[in-house]
Amino acid sequence: MYELRFDANKCLRCPTQGCLTRCQYMDIDRDTAREEIGKIARGEDSFVLHDCVTCYACEEYCPMNNHPFYLIVERQEELNLPPLPRPLIQRGINMGVPFRGEPAIEEVNGRALLMGAFADHMFLIQGRLFEGLPVISDDPRKMFHYFCQLMYLHYARMSVINERLPKVIETISRHNVTEVVCFHDECYGAYNSYCPAMGIEVPFKTVHFFEFLYHRLLELKERIKKVNLKVAYQRPCSSRLSHNKHLFVQDIFNLIGAEAVPRKYVDEKALCCGGTIEGQRRKGSRKRALEVQERNISDMAEAGAEVCVFNCPACYQTMSHLVAEKGIKPVFMSDLCRLAIGERPEGWR
Amino acid sequence: MDPVYQALIDIVGEEHVSNQQEELYIYSWDLGTTEPHRPDYAVSPRTTQEIQRIMELANSNKIPVVPLGGGLSLAGLAVPFRGGILLDLKRMDSIIEVNEEARYAVLECGVSQGQLTSYLERHHPGLAHSEPGAPPTATIAGNAAVHGQGDLAQPYGFTSDMVNGMEIVLPTGEVCRFGSCSIGADWFTQHPLPDVGLFLGWTGTTGVITKISLRLFPCKKIRGTALFVVDNEDQVPEIFYKITHTQMAEDIIAFSQTIPPYASGLQHFTINLAADSEKELEFKQEIIFDDALGEDIRRGDGGYLGFTPGLERPQISKTSDWRKGGGFEYVGSIMPVSRYPQCYRSGKEISERHGIPYTVLGRCIGAAHAMMFSWTYAFNRADPETIRHAREAMHETDELALELGGTIWKPGLYGQKLVMDRLDPNTLDLMKKVKQLLDPNHIMNPGNWEAG
Repeated sequence: MYELRFDANKCLRCPTQGCLTRCQYMDIDRDTAREEIGKIARGEDSFVLHDCVTCYACEEYCPMNNHPFYLIVERQEELNLPPLPRPLIQRGINMGVPFRGEPAIEEVNGRALLMGAFADHMFLIQGRLFEGLPVISDDPRKMFHYFCQLMYLHYARMSVINERLPKVIETISRHNVTEVVCFHDECYGAYNSYCPAMGIEVPFKTVHFFEFLYHRLLELKERIKKVNLKVAYQRPCSSRLSHNKHLFVQDIFNLIGAEAVPRKYVDEKALCCGGTIEGQRRKGSRKRALEVQERNISDMAEAGAEVCVFNCPACYQTMSHLVAEKGIKPVFMSDLCRLAIGERPEGWR
Repeated sequence: MDPVYQALIDIVGEEHVSNQQEELYIYSWDLGTTEPHRPDYAVSPRTTQEIQRIMELANSNKIPVVPLGGGLSLAGLAVPFRGGILLDLKRMDSIIEVNEEARYAVLECGVSQGQLTSYLERHHPGLAHSEPGAPPTATIAGNAAVHGQGDLAQPYGFTSDMVNGMEIVLPTGEVCRFGSCSIGADWFTQHPLPDVGLFLGWTGTTGVITKISLRLFPCKKIRGTALFVVDNEDQVPEIFYKITHTQMAEDIIAFSQTIPPYASGLQHFTINLAADSEKELEFKQEIIFDDALGEDIRRGDGGYLGFTPGLERPQISKTSDWRKGGGFEYVGSIMPVSRYPQCYRSGKEISERHGIPYTVLGRCIGAAHAMMFSWTYAFNRADPETIRHAREAMHETDELALELGGTIWKPGLYGQKLVMDRLDPNTLDLMKKVKQLLDPNHIMNPGNWEAG
């Protein structure tokens, strides 16, 4: 059985307790933070386990690389304190069950793009940026064979992740792929953060989608014409699991002439899309999600953003119509990059 | 030449009548499991007067007549069991009037759901009709004639409750009007007597509806669907009662199905909300999800899945994809809301016994006065064994619906017999008398509602 590599002593030595003191959804001072993280480490109940919105950000805030978020989720499951109502958890768990036959395994013998559970977003993988790059999981009927399962962190169900993820890794490996470009942050986080934290072996190398896009744009540099757009980036929760790759967002913007507007809720202080908050059990969660979205989008608008850039389809689904109502155009990062090299993404006006 | 064929040509023109086998084949079956029967003639009239002449011809020659709207009833209700004239009404497709002040539309009988929806969106965006989850080619008159229900059934009831008046061609050829239009007034109410109920629910066995006045309702600027889910079917009636008590929803449907897996074993609610502003929408969401259902969420027994702007009509026909071959049919019932748990459990059991992925759905009618509960069975059109299983499952379900204290909605022949076997003898006798009075030669849709 897999075991979380968490060291309570690291927390005792931690100079900041940043995991909780920097949390944007709970107001916690250092003394309280030290006390509560101690309780959680010892397997005791804590208000943190009840109030956590599961935004993943404490994984980034922890200066000791000690996986406080995974610990919180593990305790929520052990103590049966799920943040979501029982039917939502069951629904989510059911959703990841493949039901339309086995996938066709084609050997790649090299690098490939992994769409994970977003095979229905192949419309984003178009044009020169992706020329010659084989795609794994491009069939929506079979995509749950490639679903990294990390979504169940929101559901306090690490047991489901641990049960299913090795099988997913095995399926990907059967493609004989040496390097996997992960379309979604969640997949990248699964193989680069979660698996090492749990001791799950990953037999292939992974590349973050933005790192890939950045290097492809460099290869196509002579085609780039500055987009001259003022942009705001909606950072997804799973980006917190690969915060060292978040730098590529700005690198891409610099390369294509997109001006990231000065915002309050940006980078480490980015706000959740609200998608997981609205359904939580805690009283007032639905309104809380609305309030977070309102703060987030107003911040984009006040900073003068013309475009809101997404990479996570879930964030896009939750927020795209809301940003559009504020006069901000929602666009996926890959489509923005295509614009920069003179291509016209479907639906762009 | 066949004199009946020639007479039909004289009435509607050569291009609108056929006795060709390949065209009659199309009219011989519907999309369900009923065995096909070919008509002798397929006729597509354009006017009430043409229908009147066809009925006079049929009555004098004792030729069966089967009226057909969109042809989507599934249960064999428009299959010409005894041949005769298949009356295809799709050319009767004029929207005669939309009255904004009194909120109604006068329609010819072939006007489809999709046609009226798009017409109202374009010309009268402040009005909506109660649209069922059927494909858009289903007709308004057909839905009313079978006591259908649409997405405004929760506040306003059955589509047949929304009828202000009708024009009917009787089996003997007379044209009658019912409702306020019968005294020369506007088509704004179904009163005075006699009641339009003589022709609603009779499956086209008492006359041909040629025009219908349908009530329309305020259409708010924002319409969309919120999702809620519970994992215990016993909770469903209470959730229905709680939501209907708020009087904030336009449509409330609970469903559960094997495929896709996320829906299996769980009870999902689609709750349609409408508002003229974000403020109104948020107020309604607050009342329903924070107040009425808030405790269920906090206890962890119910989950809110958000609100999506825009209406996606329930598409029960997707069930046809659950197995190869693209076939499906369902048994509908009108049932007390309190029976949802038994309906779900028994339906699941019947489906599993016949090797069919289960699909059930309950749509709230009125303030939880009743629900339309349906059990859907998929089959492979190319596999007689799966068709047999689906048919047997539906017969068992017809019996179940009655055992649970419900009525069968638009029953096929098997269900009609079950109903008539249980019907109060005096009521059944009255039905026979009414039928005899209106259709003395028994030419209208024979096979249906025949009590021997």
